[in-house]
Formats: sequence, structure tokens, C-alpha cells
Amino acid sequence: MMGSSRGASTASLWVGGGLVGVVIAAALVSLAWTPHPPTAMALSERLQGPSAVHWLGTDHFGRDVATLLMAGARTSIVVGVIAVGLGFVIGVALGVLAAARRGWLDELVMRLCDITFALPAVLSAILLTAWLGPGPATAIVAIGVFNIPVFARIARGAALTIWPREFILAARVAGKGAFRITLEHVLPNIASVLLVQATIQFAIAILAEAALSYLGIGTQPPAPSWGRMLNEAQTFMYLAPGLAVYPGLAIVIAVLGLNLLGDGLRDALDPRLARGR
Amino acid sequence: MSAFLVRRLLTLAATLLAASLVIFVVVEVLPGDPARTILGPEADPEAVAALRVRLGLERPPAARYLAWVGGLLGGEFGVSYTYHVPIGGLLAERLAITLPLAAVAMALTTAIALSAGVYAAARRGSAGDVAVMALTQLGIAVPGFWFAILLILLFAVELGWFPAGGFAGWDAGIGAALRSLVLPAIALALVQAAILARVTRSAVIEVLDEDFMRTARAKGLSRRAALWRHGLRNALVAVVTVMGLQFANLTAGAVVLENVFALPGLGRLAFQAISQRDLQLVRDVVLLFAVVVVAVNFLVDLLYAVIDPRVKLSA
Repeated sequence: MMGSSRGASTASLWVGGGLVGVVIAAALVSLAWTPHPPTAMALSERLQGPSAVHWLGTDHFGRDVATLLMAGARTSIVVGVIAVGLGFVIGVALGVLAAARRGWLDELVMRLCDITFALPAVLSAILLTAWLGPGPATAIVAIGVFNIPVFARIARGAALTIWPREFILAARVAGKGAFRITLEHVLPNIASVLLVQATIQFAIAILAEAALSYLGIGTQPPAPSWGRMLNEAQTFMYLAPGLAVYPGLAIVIAVLGLNLLGDGLRDALDPRLARGR
Repeated sequence: MSAFLVRRLLTLAATLLAASLVIFVVVEVLPGDPARTILGPEADPEAVAALRVRLGLERPPAARYLAWVGGLLGGEFGVSYTYHVPIGGLLAERLAITLPLAAVAMALTTAIALSAGVYAAARRGSAGDVAVMALTQLGIAVPGFWFAILLILLFAVELGWFPAGGFAGWDAGIGAALRSLVLPAIALALVQAAILARVTRSAVIEVLDEDFMRTARAKGLSRRAALWRHGLRNALVAVVTVMGLQFANLTAGAVVLENVFALPGLGRLAFQAISQRDLQLVRDVVLLFAVVVVAVNFLVDLLYAVIDPRVKLSA
């Protein structure tokens, strides 16, 4: 049993890593080269099927779909990394602070998390759009804000299991303050849990960016985005159903890859968690 | 039980109070003047100023907050600037679409997730288990709105079994109305079912190793009966927790899916209210969403006590 589950987790790591690698490679390559210029329109070539010139066909402006998918990967990754990074830094800081101080501060941080969870994320993102206007920055802030309570809770919960340990007591006896203990002993010990969560949050962020861009409040044209492509494809669904398929597949590859990578990392970094599941 | 109930009710009231404050402040800082929205961009500044006074917009924020919350508690929701109808009726009309949609989706989610989860747990490590786990992994990665588009492509465009969007209305008969909700509900349920199936599987696997399961078998229950009667019941605490969280996700997912299917539900209303700067309506709709989420969490807390009597003692 152990053997097969270890085999499965190694497979998750490799398959997940491979899929994520493909998406990152597509984004990186698109910086230097794409099959066609991303914003080049050719109305005479609109809504074509796959061919040698246009591997996945063209959209309603005659833009090359394969090119748009590659450039769209860039948008997803940039929005995801910044949004999750934002939530990670603020959330982890609040979480370890709550765990170190306890008392009213802990209570305050956790109740704030509860309130954030009570407001539907999509609605808050739309509210934010009414305030900041549509655009990638709005999507980043909206997704980032909802990552804060997630990381705060995880960091707090993990830190609370570290604080009663003997090596913390030893550090205290040695005269270290709460801040130094958190930095030198708590954070390194909860890093793997946070890394795994970050991978999963990245997947959720890609889904969220796609949904917001689909609704028209995330990435704005002509910047390429998978969600935006799906929105436009829906209008031409009767004429060119393929347009509605490829961007979705790209999202699935990215999200599936990140989730598998997260699962594999969890098993590789923390064998105790792997057995518990 | 009563102390437990009072404690939970107080938490519920406090959370809603905090949520209403947050919503009020957020809507306060939104750009846009309701008086100008009503009168249009060409309106005479004096008329705008007069309307601001009439709407009570010149009063201090604290007074307006109290007037809003006080009105809500008295069942007075105000009038929508853009629809020119009482908001209470508007919300009720839209809830009549979103609530059935969420309920059907939740029922689908539960049915799929419990059967798949228990099936996989009972055959842990088998090909069937691996297949269920692979499918759920895929289900979690599929964006709900994209799955919705694929459903439209297949069942509306190709086969013509269901409408591609819009709502027939309850007046058109229950059958026609439900037909417009089938595809959105399936799209909503997919991701949630995938998550819940994974939770159910691990919860049931944990319970399978417990002593009382051996006792149940020893007293002569079949493996199947022991699994469903004792195993699932004890795994339910974890399952119900996740279901509570999922209901919140479901209402949020409804906002996106109502846009995919052009369903005139609460989510679409919220979306339109915000883009049209109908701030009074925005406040009420967003708060209504928060009320639904908080109320469901409250019900989940009560359900814990029903499923697992030990919860009451520790509360």
C-alpha cells in the first residue's frame, strides 16, 4: 500500500510538474516568438479552422488562436503570481503574528477572516471593479485579497502546532523574542505547508482570473486572456465551436498541473500528511 | 442546547452586523452619485442637489447607515434607482431563480459526491478508486463557466434538448422553468461534486478503521449496510462542513453562471446593479448574499449537534 501510494505521489509530481512546465514554457517562448503577432488582425481570414498556417485556426478578428493561447498563458501566470504573492505575504504575516501573540489580536485576525469569507468573492471583485475600473490590476487585487484569509488561517494553524514544541522553549530560554523565534524557527518549519497551499492557491487564482476576464472585468482587450477568449467564443459558438474549446483546455492543463504538483509536493515534503489522507 | 443556540445566534448577528458595515463603507467609497444616476448626465446641478437632499444623501454617513439597517430590519428595502420598483419585490423575484438553481445544484452535488466517495472508499486502491480519483482531479481543474459553454455546445446547439440560455419563467409551467435550470445546475454541481467526493472518500476511509465498524460487522450487518448506516453517518461531520463552505461557493458560482446562461437571477442582478451604479440595490443584494452564506453556516453548526451530540457539550 505504502509503495503504491508513494508511486502515485511521484507520478503526481512528475505529471503536474510537466503540465506546469508546458504552460510556463509557452508563456516564456511567447515573449520572444509566437507563430503570428498576437494582435495582428486579418478579417479576410476570420473564423478559419485549423490549418498549416493557423494550427488551431483563427478567431472572429482573424487572429491566430495558437498565438493567443501562448500569450494568454503569460497573462494568467503574471496575474496568478502577483495575486497569490500578495495574499501570501500579508496572510502569512497576519497568521504567524496571531499565533505568536494570541489573545485579542488572534481573535481579531480570525474574525476578519470570517467576514471576508462571508462575502462572495466574485461579488467583491465586481464591487472592486466599480471602484478601480476593469483591468488586470483589479483582478490581482480582488484575487489577492481573498488569498489573505486563506494563508492567514493556514499559517496560524501550522504555527500553533510549532509553538508548544521543545526547541521553541529552548529558544525562549536562550532569550530570543517572539519575532526572532517566528523568523528563525516557526517559519522554516511551516514553509512546506505554505508552499503546498501556494501551489493550490495559484491554481485557484488562474481559475478566478479566467472567470473575471470572462465577465469582462479582468484583462481588457487587446491583451490576450483565456477567459476573455471564452467570452468572445460564446458569441460565435454556432459558427466556430472550436474557439470555445481550446482556451478551456489551456485552463484545465494549467490548473490540473498545479493541483497535481501541489499533491505531489505535499506527499514529498511531509510524509505524515500523505499517510493521513 | 439553548446556551449553544444562543451563542451561535449571537455570533451570527455579530458577523452580519460586521458584514453590513463593510458593505456600507465599500459602497460609500464607490464613485458615482445616485442622484446623478437617476437624473442622467445632462441634469441641472440644482435639480441634482435637490434630489440629493430628498434621498437623504446629505445626511452624515452614520445616520444613513442606521437608516439603512433600520429599514432592513423593518422589512423596508428601499427603491431601486434603475428599475424604479421596490427592492424587496425585485430581490424576491430574483431569489425565485437563484435559490432553486442552488438547491438543484447542491442536490446533484450531494448525490454524485456521496455515491462516488463511498464507492471509492470501499474499494480503496482498486481500479475503480483510481478512476474516481482521476475524474475528481479533472473535475476540480475544469472552470465551471467553460463546462457550461461545453454543455451548451452539446445539449443546446447540437442536440437541442435544453435552451442555450434565458429563463422561461415560473408562469410558463414548472417543467419549462426547470428545463432552463438543468444545464446551469449541472455546470454548478460539477466542481463542487468533485471536491465533495474527495472529502467523502477520505472521511469514510478514516471511519472504516474504527472499532465500531468492526462491531457493526460482528453483530451481523453486511459490509454494505455497515458502510452506509454507520460509516457514512460518522463521516458526515467532515462532509457537512465542506457542504456548508460549498454552498457559499455555489452562490458565488451562480453569479458567473447566470451570466453564461443569461438567467435573470440574483447574481446577474448584482452584476447589473454594480455596473449601473444602482448603489442602494448593490448594498441590499450583496448583504443578501452574505445573509445566505452566514445562515447556511449557522445551519451547518446546528447540523453538527444533530449528527454528533458531543459537539453540544464542547460548545
